[in-house]
Amino acid sequence: MLQGGSHPLIDRHRADALALLEARGLPTRKVERYKYTDVGAMLEPDFGLNLSRLPLRFDPRSLYRCKVPGLGSTLHYVAGDMVEAPLEEDLLFVGPMTEFARRRPDMFSAYYNKVEGDSLAALNTMLVQDGLVIWVGKGHRAADLIQVVNLAVGSVPMMANRRQLIIMEEGAEASILSCNHSSTAQPHLATEVVEAFLGEGSRLQYYNVEDAAESASLLSTANFIQQGTSHLEYAAVTLSGGISRRTVNVSLEGEGADVAMSGLVVADGIQHVDNNLLVTHRAPGCHSDMLYKYVLDGSSTEAFAGKVLVCQGAQQTDSQQTNANLCVSPQAHMYTQPMLEIYADDVKCNHGSTVGQLDDAALFYMAQRGVGPEEGRLLLQQAFAWDVVLRIGLQPLRQRLMRMVEERFRHGTSACGDCGMCGVRKI
Amino acid sequence: MLEIKNLHASVEGKEILKGIDLSIKPGEVHALMGPNGSGKSTLSNVLVGNPQYTVTQGSVTFRGKDLLQMPAEDRSHEGLFMSFQQPVEIPGVSMNNFMRAALNAKRKYLGQPPISGGDFLKLVKEKREMVGLDASLTRRGVNEGFSGGEKKRNEIFQMAMLEPLLTILDETDSGLDVDALRIVAEGFNRLRTENTSAICITHYQRMLDYIKPDIVHVMMDGRIVRTGGPDLAYRIEEQGFDWLKEE
Repeated sequence: MLQGGSHPLIDRHRADALALLEARGLPTRKVERYKYTDVGAMLEPDFGLNLSRLPLRFDPRSLYRCKVPGLGSTLHYVAGDMVEAPLEEDLLFVGPMTEFARRRPDMFSAYYNKVEGDSLAALNTMLVQDGLVIWVGKGHRAADLIQVVNLAVGSVPMMANRRQLIIMEEGAEASILSCNHSSTAQPHLATEVVEAFLGEGSRLQYYNVEDAAESASLLSTANFIQQGTSHLEYAAVTLSGGISRRTVNVSLEGEGADVAMSGLVVADGIQHVDNNLLVTHRAPGCHSDMLYKYVLDGSSTEAFAGKVLVCQGAQQTDSQQTNANLCVSPQAHMYTQPMLEIYADDVKCNHGSTVGQLDDAALFYMAQRGVGPEEGRLLLQQAFAWDVVLRIGLQPLRQRLMRMVEERFRHGTSACGDCGMCGVRKI
Repeated sequence: MLEIKNLHASVEGKEILKGIDLSIKPGEVHALMGPNGSGKSTLSNVLVGNPQYTVTQGSVTFRGKDLLQMPAEDRSHEGLFMSFQQPVEIPGVSMNNFMRAALNAKRKYLGQPPISGGDFLKLVKEKREMVGLDASLTRRGVNEGFSGGEKKRNEIFQMAMLEPLLTILDETDSGLDVDALRIVAEGFNRLRTENTSAICITHYQRMLDYIKPDIVHVMMDGRIVRTGGPDLAYRIEEQGFDWLKEE
């Protein structure tokens, strides 16, 4: 049944994935990297799978019209795990994995499923039927933003296994925005694997915005592999959702590769976001810069673990890692763990993390000027979050996110007003 | 304008103000002097509603309204302003955004519509020039990386924006050199009208050369122990506070 909606080049990885899953099992909280997220509990509900590829009963285009001013983009919907709206040019392909595997079997095989060892990724590999491929050919610059809208669908609890394979050939350039939304209040779980390969000198902006319902769960693994002088700008902004676990691994494999990673989490209620990042410097002269910020309200429990690993021979490494957290409510809990492991002797690395509360002195100063506690808190939270948003290189998206973040703090939702999807937290 | 009667206040359980009586009329400038720890800053913080201080006894009315019942922001809307001894840095909140939020909160309180973007920028420019504040500073975070002099000037800029009726200058001269003090004081004087009043807290006569008081009070151990004319400040400058203790 799995194979019915898939392709043999995808199918041939299932047996090994199952074997790995059987050998290792799913991660429990006894595993350090999963200490703060109970994966077993996330998988417990009786989720349905759309294995027979039943078509959608609604048109995502009518429900979701993302019109961000100045953001020329091509929209691609992934409902559950079904990809629509393919785009094909000489040096650009955005469309279903099955289609890409048919047309370019050699290239597909060379890049598909290079994720090693992670049993959650193996779960995805075992179950995935289709996914999205973004291929940008040598020296090509994809002019428009490629916007991928991941929609959770279904009138019963559903599980979707999403996959993104991104191939950036030498000197290619592209910007990708991957948004997660819910169109259902039913519990839904998405497993996601993103594999991205950045060829020599290529440039990729990869943004993820999560604005999903409280009933949403996400288990995501993203692997970025960078060749020499390639540049990656990665940003993940979580404005709402239920439980999100994100593993992001960046491997700097060629000399002079550069990565800037930014993360913003705005959480309240019982929302849970766990970001687990690993940047591996394998080649000399690479640069990595990580800034993650969390604003925690309600009784949310959040986790951050960031590790920079500098391998032997990765001399002249320049790396910064910062995690700053603002606990707005006394019931909110933050677990943060910055880590640095260095096996080279000529490197410049620093890391740090902070957890703080709203500054009473600042709130009183503002109140004296007539800005009451409610507005004062808002201004302080926004100011704290701005740092991350301002790092986003794509200007129209940055503007839109500033507005969405303000809305999120002001009204608890982040509706941008253009459609019925963003900001729908309690459907 | 301001009537303080038998005001007692404490911080962390320790009584600092032990019965203050003070009356200020429109147009008057009162100087408040006294040694360290005498309660001058506590009095100003109590007046503007700093939640760290607890009023245990007494009353304060401001233009006929019970000030002590109001939250700090309403006291501000009613026309009370304090220039902080140590202005707080608020990184990331730009001066412009902050002032716009403050002005609009006041306008809402007074039943007026929000100020338009264009009018706001015009007002900022006008007031900035009045107090000599550099344009780049209003685009920065509130007091973020400002020098001591810039912070104090920024306090006067905010005063100009909000047009208070009663201004408390809490040791505005501390940490300022003579030139900076003169500029800040001149800014303040330019904003004075016959209806606005001020309480000027200082250790030194020097400040009062620029901001001329009508009445001078001396505080010691939580009470006002002497009230007089401007001469009193000169005598303190010459002889210190010890002679008052002996009397």
